[in-house]
Amino acid sequence: MTVTDRQRGDAPSGLHIDAVSKVYGRGRGALLALDDVSLSVRPGEFVCLLGASGCGKSTLLSLVAGLDAVTRGSVDTGGGRVSLMFQEPALFPWLTVAGNVEIALRMRGVDRAERRRRATDLLETVRLDGFGAKRPHELSGGMRQRVALARSLAQESDLLLMDEPFGALDAMTRDILHDEVERIWRERDLTVLFVTHNVREAVRLGDRVILLSSRPGRVIEDYPVHLDRPRRIDAPEVAELAGKITERLRAEVSRHAR
Amino acid sequence: MPAETRLPAETQPPGETRPPSETRPPDQTPPKGRDEAADQVAGLDVLELAPPADRDRTLGQYAARIWASAWPKALAIALALAAWQLVVLSGWRPEFILPPPSDVAAELRDIVRSGDFYGAVLITMRRAVVGFLLAVAIGTLVGIAVARFRPLRAAIGSLITGLQTMPSIIWFPLAILLFQLSESAILFVVVLGAAPSVANGLISGIDYVPPLWLRVGDVLGMRGPARYRHLILPAALPSFVSGLKQGWAFSWRSLMAGELLVIVPGTLSIGARLQAARDLTEAPLLMAYIVVVLVIGILIDVLFNAADTALRRRWGLLSG
Ligand SMILES: Nc1ncnc2c1ncn2[C@@H]1O[C@H](COP(=O)(O)OP(=O)(O)OP(=O)(O)O)[C@@H](O)[C@H]1O
Ligand SMILES: [Mg+2]
Repeated sequence: MTVTDRQRGDAPSGLHIDAVSKVYGRGRGALLALDDVSLSVRPGEFVCLLGASGCGKSTLLSLVAGLDAVTRGSVDTGGGRVSLMFQEPALFPWLTVAGNVEIALRMRGVDRAERRRRATDLLETVRLDGFGAKRPHELSGGMRQRVALARSLAQESDLLLMDEPFGALDAMTRDILHDEVERIWRERDLTVLFVTHNVREAVRLGDRVILLSSRPGRVIEDYPVHLDRPRRIDAPEVAELAGKITERLRAEVSRHAR
Repeated sequence: MPAETRLPAETQPPGETRPPSETRPPDQTPPKGRDEAADQVAGLDVLELAPPADRDRTLGQYAARIWASAWPKALAIALALAAWQLVVLSGWRPEFILPPPSDVAAELRDIVRSGDFYGAVLITMRRAVVGFLLAVAIGTLVGIAVARFRPLRAAIGSLITGLQTMPSIIWFPLAILLFQLSESAILFVVVLGAAPSVANGLISGIDYVPPLWLRVGDVLGMRGPARYRHLILPAALPSFVSGLKQGWAFSWRSLMAGELLVIVPGTLSIGARLQAARDLTEAPLLMAYIVVVLVIGILIDVLFNAADTALRRRWGLLSG
């Protein structure tokens, strides 16, 4: 094997976000997007980050992915690689489906034959074997999002960040993709920080559900989810916890009315 | 790896060296459940995908398509010829100055049978291709440089747009002063006519790369030249192609102007023959060459449009 991904010797360290604040702009127009956010994700854990629209979820993921700099505080990924999946698949139209997966491998210096082999494996993992030669626009939205997942998996990162990856999909497709993500998370022993504003989705998937307040974004609650997997999104236990969280979220949102 | 194994340990590509999970019990789901999930995913995919377009058309359908796109063009040509004939019949100008379409057609038939004609087309097309390629090379380099370096953009960004709007004929006195009546003078003007369009196409393509793609590039670790090679340049391609198309149009116009003004001794190009036909008041010959210039322009435009359409189809920007 050419690239020694997991041979840095140390065990993966998960994610530690310590007292992070993020201010956009300066002076009068400055916006405090995140205020003193602290949270940790253990290796192998699936954590869902929940909050109303505009509360700074995407901002937090950008900071963790290193796309943007924190204003205060620190983000520690233990030097591990981080990959980020967006709400839109954002595949490159000039590449085939396989090419879109291979580009992630290429950027890590994997040689051509190995790239081809691994891309084939990854497409099989997301159940798209046989679609490698297609163009992204020939696939449905759910299939494109699975290609994007395969591309993220190709980075073999220690931490996978997902920013409302299924927000644009219909309920049926989303339901099935939940099963798929859960399966891949288990098979590959991933560490996932998953952003959503869908409470049931968070309870369906998360080991923990972390609730963010809005403007500024702060961690206001951390719910452990002690429900057996695989869960069904319409199971009564899921609905019960989701109800409790929704209640809390409502209280938080109406705080802004006053 | 056998395709049917979906068990956790074996689904990992053999090259990966992930530590086995110790914190979590192995997956207890029976294989049957997995197959069901696979079926669900596959079923959904089939339902979501549009049925494949009917690629093999019958001969009749092809004929209908060609007819549908051909008759408006044929009609337009017929109307133009009829109008021309009417003007001739009105006696507005004597026939030796404004010949009827039939005379021009006869002249055209004669010249395309002569070897001289192909020599002229060859000379002109060689100039066009060399000038255009030179313009593409220069325009591309300038475009990348301007898009990449902020001070350079501030310095010459608007100058490029200004150059684009300059009528190329303005450059000929200078070109003749610099290069005398030579191939270089013509080339100089052709390149000046086309390069700004090529550069501008590339610059706007680079400027309008969707920010989300740039973020994906960041996440994938694209930096420096790799970012240009694998992200920015491919993403700018559609705009670059329209720049090329426009650049070609400008270079073709500049070339025609150049061939009329700068007659290099011993090179009987299309322009030189046009000029000669005027000097000898051979109106049918003159008009025949005008038709030749028009046809070449249209043919090359068709080529550019085909390239553009193929690109858009690959990107999924076209329906059907
Ligand atoms: N680049 C930026 N410059 C200025 N303000 C920004 C920027 N990015 C985000 N913001 C602001 O920061 C706040 C948080 O934005 P963010 O996109 O992180 O929210 P979010 O929780 O992801 O929302 P959504 O659920 O709608 O995706 C918003 O008020 C937004 O307007
Ligand atoms: Mg967001």
